Amino acid sequence: MNTLVKKNAEPAAAAQPVAVECEREYIRPVVDIYQTQDGYVLEAELPGVSKDGLSINVEGNLLTVEGRRSAPALPESEFFYRESSAADFRRVFELDPAIDAAKISARMEQGILTLTLPKVEAAKPRKIAVA
Amino acid sequence: MTLTRWQRPNGFGLAPWQPGYSLQDDLSQLFQSFGGVFDSPLEASLEAQFPGGWLPAVDVIDGKDTVTVKAELPGMKKEDIDISLQEGVLNLSGERKSGRDEKSGGVARSERWFGRFQRSISLPYAVETRNIKASYTNGVLTIEMAKAEEVKPKQIKVEIK
Repeated sequence: MNTLVKKNAEPAAAAQPVAVECEREYIRPVVDIYQTQDGYVLEAELPGVSKDGLSINVEGNLLTVEGRRSAPALPESEFFYRESSAADFRRVFELDPAIDAAKISARMEQGILTLTLPKVEAAKPRKIAVA
Repeated sequence: MTLTRWQRPNGFGLAPWQPGYSLQDDLSQLFQSFGGVFDSPLEASLEAQFPGGWLPAVDVIDGKDTVTVKAELPGMKKEDIDISLQEGVLNLSGERKSGRDEKSGGVARSERWFGRFQRSISLPYAVETRNIKASYTNGVLTIEMAKAEEVKPKQIKVEIK
């Protein structure tokens, strides 16, 4: 149950802000993850990313979320003041083995990616009636 | 122009018995927060001013004829964002509500912010107050203002004799 997110799946979270296995610099989107009756829901904040800029991949038990910003990058000189980052988003999560990877669904709305991660039927809570 | 941003440390608020808690996270946050205090005393005082607040990232872009302000406000409703301009200061405020069903199960990660925010941006130039365009797409609020005539760069031709 606690393995949905594991430290070792997130090299970017360690001491170095740049993920070890990537050549580019990414920023780590903030997420909320909570459980539902059927599995988990993951909500990630990806401001400036449209549906087309998203890439969600499952490889083995690792879920990778990447988001490219849709606005063209402006030269730094045009910014009078800047707090946003120009870097794209990336974050890797380790999936709970009970999650049915084939049934993961995604929705994107105003910069919020909502992933629904249902558990396989066998892992869902079941009520057993006593005859 | 002064704008200071304060960000809640990631994952802050998880108790040791909650899933997703990690001592390593907590310790590195502790060091980061010390670092923050020493680097920027202003941010530390802001933190005291706005406990549990949310300050979205704001950019001010200096175009040729326009000043554009962008704010990262993912997951909001258009009607929950307020924009006003007063004496050269652009005020952004609003409230982000959680769409989560309180009845649902346990929380594994809680890094997102909900609640009210407010930012005031003093604009670098005078702008035409009658011509302000705002849009909200992909969770980014964009406010485009035309620079007032008197502050636009003028080209003066000088002939050399």
